Amino acid sequence: MLDTTHPYEARVRQTLADHARLPVDVATLQVYDDLFQSGMTSHNSVNVMLALEEEFDIEFPEEMLQKSTFESIEAICTSISTLTLSGDRP
Amino acid sequence: MGDRAATLLGAGRRVIGLPPGDDCRIGLDMIPVRAVEEAVATHGERYLRRIFTEHELASCRGPQGLALASLAARWAAKEATIKVLQPAVGQPEWRSMEVRRIRGGACRMELSGTAAALAEDAGITSLALSMTHEGPYAAAVVFALCGAPGSARSGTSGRKETTDA
Repeated sequence: MLDTTHPYEARVRQTLADHARLPVDVATLQVYDDLFQSGMTSHNSVNVMLALEEEFDIEFPEEMLQKSTFESIEAICTSISTLTLSGDRP
Repeated sequence: MGDRAATLLGAGRRVIGLPPGDDCRIGLDMIPVRAVEEAVATHGERYLRRIFTEHELASCRGPQGLALASLAARWAAKEATIKVLQPAVGQPEWRSMEVRRIRGGACRMELSGTAAALAEDAGITSLALSMTHEGPYAAAVVFALCGAPGSARSGTSGRKETTDA
């Protein structure tokens, strides 16, 4: 289970605050809260994806371009961890 | 047309229905043009190349640069197509759903790759697309005719046949 000290969480939250255009304060979200149910549109999830790529110097491969990859803070952190650990980081 | 439909419509009126055994799906999506404008301003080419095909970008380029409302309409068309495809998990790659401009200025939706595979699984035999933009919004409707799963016809280059609405 992701704890609040996950190394990516703060940067992911800031990216969401800057690009997800959620109608709720990102700081109030729990890590497992569904971002789409919290008001993130599909188009804004693309903005988030592109911003995360820039923030973490990664590139999400086609197979990860799924709603589930971006559905929660926890899911995003896990995806970033997978990419950085798998050596996909440029 | 059955007797009940004839009764409801009144004598002398006809309704055009789907062939027996066929089904249909409709997808609708709308987006503020400003959302696409801001994404282009923020992410530039990375956004454009991730979402749109070369043909789509070329179709939206004019003397004044990119027609953002037209791009927004194409985004809406892709979203409407996803609603028609109803993927159980995940979603098709954005560029596997391509709005093709055809002679006369009309457009049609062409599928390839993951989107075409989803259409095949759903038995989608044809698609119709209509797009619009007015003021701050762009929207699109996609209509799909379905037969039995796996009954989709093969289109040119493995794509599903589509028509403009």
